[in-house]
Amino acid sequence: MEPKVNILIVDDEEIVRESLASWLEEDGYEVKVAENAARALERLPEKEWNLAMVDLKMPGMDGIELMDEIRKIKPETIVIIMTAYATVDTAVQAMKKGAYDYIVKPFNPEDLSLTIRKIIEHQKLLKENIYLRKELKKQYRLHDMVSKNHKMIEIFELVKTVAKSNSTVLVQGESGTGKELLSRAIHMESPRKDEPFVTVSCASLTESLLESELFGYEKGAFTGADQARSGKIELAKDGTLFLDEIGDISLKLQMDLLRVLEEKEFRRVGGTQLIPVNSRIIAATNRDLTKAIEEGKFREDLYYRLNVISVLLPPLRERKEDVPLLVEHFLERFNIEMGKNVEGVAESAMRMLMDYSWPGNARELRNMIERAMVVTKGRMILDADLSLPQTPGVPLSNNRGKSLSEMEKEHIRRVLLDNRWNIIRSAQVLGIDRVTLYNKIRKYELKKEPVLNS
Amino acid sequence: MLRKLQDRLRDYLSLPVRISRNMAVPEGSYERNRNQYNSTRILREILREAPADAIKIVGIIDKDMCIPILTFVFGEAQLGGVASIVSIARLRQEFHGLSPDDGILFERLCKEALHELGHNFGLIHCPDRECVMYLSNTVRDVDRKRITYCDSCDSALYAKTEPWRV
Repeated sequence: MEPKVNILIVDDEEIVRESLASWLEEDGYEVKVAENAARALERLPEKEWNLAMVDLKMPGMDGIELMDEIRKIKPETIVIIMTAYATVDTAVQAMKKGAYDYIVKPFNPEDLSLTIRKIIEHQKLLKENIYLRKELKKQYRLHDMVSKNHKMIEIFELVKTVAKSNSTVLVQGESGTGKELLSRAIHMESPRKDEPFVTVSCASLTESLLESELFGYEKGAFTGADQARSGKIELAKDGTLFLDEIGDISLKLQMDLLRVLEEKEFRRVGGTQLIPVNSRIIAATNRDLTKAIEEGKFREDLYYRLNVISVLLPPLRERKEDVPLLVEHFLERFNIEMGKNVEGVAESAMRMLMDYSWPGNARELRNMIERAMVVTKGRMILDADLSLPQTPGVPLSNNRGKSLSEMEKEHIRRVLLDNRWNIIRSAQVLGIDRVTLYNKIRKYELKKEPVLNS
Repeated sequence: MLRKLQDRLRDYLSLPVRISRNMAVPEGSYERNRNQYNSTRILREILREAPADAIKIVGIIDKDMCIPILTFVFGEAQLGGVASIVSIARLRQEFHGLSPDDGILFERLCKEALHELGHNFGLIHCPDRECVMYLSNTVRDVDRKRITYCDSCDSALYAKTEPWRV
């Protein structure tokens, strides 16, 4: 059953209230009346009014003043102003102040039915729209991440659950898949959200630097340590410590980190005092840790300590359906950041984005969109605004049964074409010297083809 | 025409129908500046005059009716109440500049009387354009309707008229 449509009639004349109410009730609307603005304001909190039909001229507060009040208290209620005296001034004033319509009594019944139906329909669509938007946001969004891929949505759900615990999380995925974003989302969903989120990029530092970065040091711990400094573990306090590229740390540091995880306390470099660890630890890597364990490059016990909760982010090529969603997300963001007003991506450009394999994942897409928004001149991003790699390679499916020399010939032909037969540049791209390239051209009998429309 | 209407209503509704005495058009229902009669005021008067044993009472009037906010109404009814009224003024062909046709007028009157009585029995407007409970704002709308209720309105009405059916 459809919900009842509630209409409030406000008019000082009883006969107007009664006749209009009766007429509207015959149409199935739930109608209530008020004899003046004060009474109307009293009735306003009673229910969700779809529509208020308000007489312009009433003793005390007039229709326009009442409309102002209604719009403050119940902004979703649509107001129609009714009057027996049509003046352009009042009509303009009423519409300016936000009246949906302005009715001069008497009104043609057909027009009134139509107006009211239109209002109800309009409201229904509005509500549906709000509902759908909410649903969309609920399902596809987790802080700064968007997706409609089922694997990603499962991950979002998992994040909401694990965020409440203190367990260590291991986030795995190719670079650019959003490991740090996901870790931040876990932090933001957790009770620790008002505490610090501290990132340590393990790959960029040497072993000793990383050690002092993590644990801090006491004065005189080593040459140059002229004063004591807290490490990132301490700085994270009751927040979250994010260890990025954990797969790249040395075996010695793996050992130290394992001890921290097991004992929940540590010493600064050169220190003796034990400092407790209260932060939650999230580690991330783009390496295959099980393979690293087999090769003896990663400690198995540390792996199990970290991998209490495991999240594997799929690469973008496995969730192509997210490309348009991500594009929209980035457009929205960069429009704000750059103060631009780019509306979207042309269909053919979008097709190119969909066809690309995205080795750098969502980060590569973000950079691509950012660049395109800088260079684009219009309101839409066009093919030419995208800097997709020129040689996406022959699609794999076409390569079956081709020999290595056939592949080599095809590849050289393409590189030459892309570089307009500039031998030096082509040789550089191919990573061979000029003489070798000339020899290959002769061997494969490659010829400069006429380029059309160049 | 009233006698024919009595027969028709009895047949359609399976309810006892009787013709009441003539009633004067209530003073004070006339709207001088519009040269029309206020249907709500007439309805109040009908209600006051209704015989005690009347299940429902529908007034038929040959005056053009209106309510303050609308330029005209064909009829008015108390939803789920006792009284209703139908005006034949605009149902006449001559109102629309055509030659009089009693047959057409009678068909329209039947439809509107069934419509207003439907409201008295608690039915609201029906989205089915051919159902007699469809809201008609023009005679074209009236003519498109059949002289019967659609299945869903009919079954609702059947339940409501149960206590009095003959």
